[in-house]
Amino acid sequence: MHKTPLLDQLESGPWPSFITDLKRVAGRKKSAADLLGVLERSYKDKITHWKHGGIVGVLGYGSGIIGRYIDIPEEFPGVEHFHTVRVNQPSGWFYTTKALRELCEIWDEHGSSLLNMHGSTGDIIFLGTTTPELEPCFAKLTAKGWDLGGSGSAFRSPSCCVGQARCEWACFDTMEACYELTQHMQFELHRPSYPYKYKLKLSGCPNDCVAAVARADCSVIGVWKDDIRIDQAAVKAYAGGELKPRGGATVYPKLDVKADVTDLCPTYCMSYDGKTLKIDNKNCNHCMHCISLMPQALRPGTETGAAFLLGSHAPILEGAQMSWVIVPFMPMEAPFDELKEIIVNIAEWWSEHGKNRERVGELMLRLGMRAFFQGVGLEPPAQTVRTPRANPFFFWHQEDFDAEAAGRKYIKL
Amino acid sequence: MSERLTDIGPPHYDKFLPPVVKANYGKWKYHELLEPGVLMHVGDSGDKLFSVRVGSGRLITTDFVKDVCDLADKFCDGYLRFTSRNNIEFLLSDQSKIAGLKDAIKKMGLPIGGTGHSVSNIVHTQGWIHCHTPAIDASGIVKAVMDDLFDYFGSHKLPAQVRVALACCLNMCGAVHCSDIAILGIHRTAPKVDHERLRHLCEIPTTIASCPTGAIRPHPDKSIKSVVINEPKCMYCGNCYTMCPALPCFDAEKGGVALLVGGKVSNSKTPPMFSKLAVPYLPNNPPRWPETVAAIRKILVKYAEGANKWERVGEWVERIGWEKFFEVCEIPFVFQHIDDYRWAYDTYRTSMHFKF
Ligand code: HEM
Ligand code: HEM
Ligand code: HEM
Ligand code: HEM
Ligand code: SF4
Ligand code: SF4
Ligand code: SF4
Ligand code: SF4
Repeated sequence: MHKTPLLDQLESGPWPSFITDLKRVAGRKKSAADLLGVLERSYKDKITHWKHGGIVGVLGYGSGIIGRYIDIPEEFPGVEHFHTVRVNQPSGWFYTTKALRELCEIWDEHGSSLLNMHGSTGDIIFLGTTTPELEPCFAKLTAKGWDLGGSGSAFRSPSCCVGQARCEWACFDTMEACYELTQHMQFELHRPSYPYKYKLKLSGCPNDCVAAVARADCSVIGVWKDDIRIDQAAVKAYAGGELKPRGGATVYPKLDVKADVTDLCPTYCMSYDGKTLKIDNKNCNHCMHCISLMPQALRPGTETGAAFLLGSHAPILEGAQMSWVIVPFMPMEAPFDELKEIIVNIAEWWSEHGKNRERVGELMLRLGMRAFFQGVGLEPPAQTVRTPRANPFFFWHQEDFDAEAAGRKYIKL
Repeated sequence: MSERLTDIGPPHYDKFLPPVVKANYGKWKYHELLEPGVLMHVGDSGDKLFSVRVGSGRLITTDFVKDVCDLADKFCDGYLRFTSRNNIEFLLSDQSKIAGLKDAIKKMGLPIGGTGHSVSNIVHTQGWIHCHTPAIDASGIVKAVMDDLFDYFGSHKLPAQVRVALACCLNMCGAVHCSDIAILGIHRTAPKVDHERLRHLCEIPTTIASCPTGAIRPHPDKSIKSVVINEPKCMYCGNCYTMCPALPCFDAEKGGVALLVGGKVSNSKTPPMFSKLAVPYLPNNPPRWPETVAAIRKILVKYAEGANKWERVGEWVERIGWEKFFEVCEIPFVFQHIDDYRWAYDTYRTSMHFKF
């Protein structure tokens, strides 16, 4: 074992210490011991000691394994090769201990025994092994029913919120949709063929617990079209203090229905006269504020589905983007054909026009929303924009003149 | 030898759901928090599911996973799940077992919480443990910050939930750009060109093409067969280093931490928001990054004092105005705060709505 005086200082304090945890394994795994050694060195030098890349993988796949090498292998031979294996997680990150123990056994045998539950994309990240271990590890994983996730310019492993498995607000079955889409896209997931990464995340309601709007090119967010269901008796119970605000997720003992709920409704579409809560549902924008505060009194409606938003990615290159609305509502029934079709059509348009390493959201900005909508065969809904343009620089195409000649009007008079 | 299996995808989740979840799937009625970290979901049927949420590191070992499995076997019939913030949730249908489970969790040294108006676990990236472009470590800073904010993990005492994330370089694998408080590793100097190594290791056209800002040019002296970097154009992204190891972008003394605040992804009341630059630079100070820890605490405390009920950090700042935010948090305003990248104009104030 290497001396790690700097890392040792991360063993104190109330939050669980990853150093203490790693040290347990360092006793039986040379790679874990050397990893601690390298990390200590980084803490001293204040720079990383990892080198990038090198193509490694399992036969027939272009993704799922990420090559890693260290820049001082003479000193830390145990981590000279330290590749990552991404294992596609089950929807909703549910496990039985039996399944987890099987995964541990495979990783104890073929890797460093270190892992992330889970990486940011959603996969189980097995952290650190050597090239010869990859095929046997993969064979054991598939024998137990597991497969690799995506990496590189591929469809990345989709992920989703817990949805209907545990949440009363889920407007569609996020876990089944996630599973279906993962299966549907196996080829694209394992054989990178896009201009760049392509991600899908699904949240069951506008609370967006998996941050789909910020972290996935394709963001599917549940929503309802009809009326919020109200239990007036429960509203009274909140007003009277018998029920705690937000299901007890706060220290506030009692809800003031007017001050806390209706006055903060962003669309001012609610009112409460001390007896009855009224909602002008046609003007509700589904923000979830009132529902989150009074989970026993209010529930989303029953005509449910999801919106499809597109385009988010991290800052490089144009600055961070969030996804924007492409399809404001689609029903979400298994086997989710409409969603599959949209995702595949968009990938085709992007693959045809995108430059290497250009995310689909950047391409939409470069070519314009008109080229996008027409390219994927969708009509532009007004929900796409927060506001229409303020500049007078809009373009006209021959087809617009043709449409006018055929009778299109811009206002009904 | 059996046939080689490929493209089977992940196992169907159905195999892993506790019976009470299967029975009430899609038929949940409401939920309550019995206490911080303990959720109760009630189905239309009246069935109850209890989830005990526990904080964990993101970087863990199989030993740890097996310990967690032991608890789940003993108290939860072997059922558990993980959250998108690297928390563990023990799933039970028998309420009487919660007390025993909580004791066992505490004995393992794990914190219970991360629900409601708390600071939940910090979403983060790999850092010095595994990545090639980090300016800072990930797990170590997270540990130091969570030690300091520990009290807020197991309580609901903030005006709203506060979600913290860390990314160790501006690639932001952790997607920190919509967090209430984002910790970001930053380089502040352009890569240094090692002409001697570059000649042998790197392909010049791909190296030039890798730069998003077009800062890299062929070396004017053709005999040198290398590149030069137009430093004022460089935004320190490290892309070129990814392509060419002879362009190291690290500077042990100048690299460090930036803090961005006010992002959110939920639609509650206000639309999702980006996090915005609050503190442009703090020193890279392992093993416990005290300046970063202190700055985060200060922002959190000022938020807790100043925010209205239900107000997220970003909503609070927007209401009081950024100039007030800088004032109450005692953060000097400097040139780096003013956007001068693409689309910067959006962020300039064109109204008289400001404060003194
Ligand atoms: C070939 C280049 C790249 C590779 C191999 C790569 C690899 C990865 C990996 C391994 C993760 C998961 C990290 C984790 O689980 O902790 C990830 C996540 C992420 N990466 Fe990359 N990355 C690359 C380039 C980039 C670039 C250039 C950006 C920024 C534009 C970026 C943005 C992100 C984001 C935002 C996440 C988190 C996304 C999520 O949680 O879904 N990546 N990437
Ligand atoms: C359909 C688009 C527009 C039309 C038809 C239009 C028309 C006009 C007209 C006729 C004037 C008066 C010029 C004069 O008497 O000197 C004017 C002035 C002005 N317009 Fe526009 N305008 C348009 C769009 C805009 C936009 C998008 C902006 C800014 C966002 C803008 C900003 C101004 C300003 C600032 C003036 C005053 C200029 C001055 O007093 O020097 N206009 N515009
Ligand atoms: C400019 C280009 C690139 C950028 C900005 C970039 C960025 C990233 C990011 C964000 C990650 C995630 C790190 C993590 O989760 O640990 C990453 C990891 C990785 N990328 Fe890249 N990458 C680039 C190019 C490449 C290329 C060309 C390759 C392969 C030839 C590659 C291979 C990897 C590998 C092996 C990892 C390791 C993931 C891990 O440690 O788990 N990247 N890179
Ligand atoms: C009033 C607003 C909100 C309410 C009532 C709420 C409620 C909940 C509930 C009940 C859960 C547990 C869900 C489950 O697993 O059954 C949860 C989980 C989660 N929520 Fe929210 N949420 C709200 C807003 C947000 C926001 C704005 C974000 C992101 C910025 C967010 C991110 C998450 C995440 C990531 C989880 C997964 C659990 C974890 O790792 O802590 N939530 N939320
Ligand atoms: S996104 Fe909505 S449906 Fe999904 S877990 Fe969060 S609150 Fe529930
Ligand atoms: S969901 Fe939001 S917009 Fe709709 S009624 Fe409730 S608070 Fe108002
Ligand atoms: S944020 Fe940057 S340094 Fe950190 S893991 Fe991602 S690419 Fe690597
Ligand atoms: S660090 Fe980024 S911006 Fe700077 S030269 Fe390299 S690729 Fe270009």
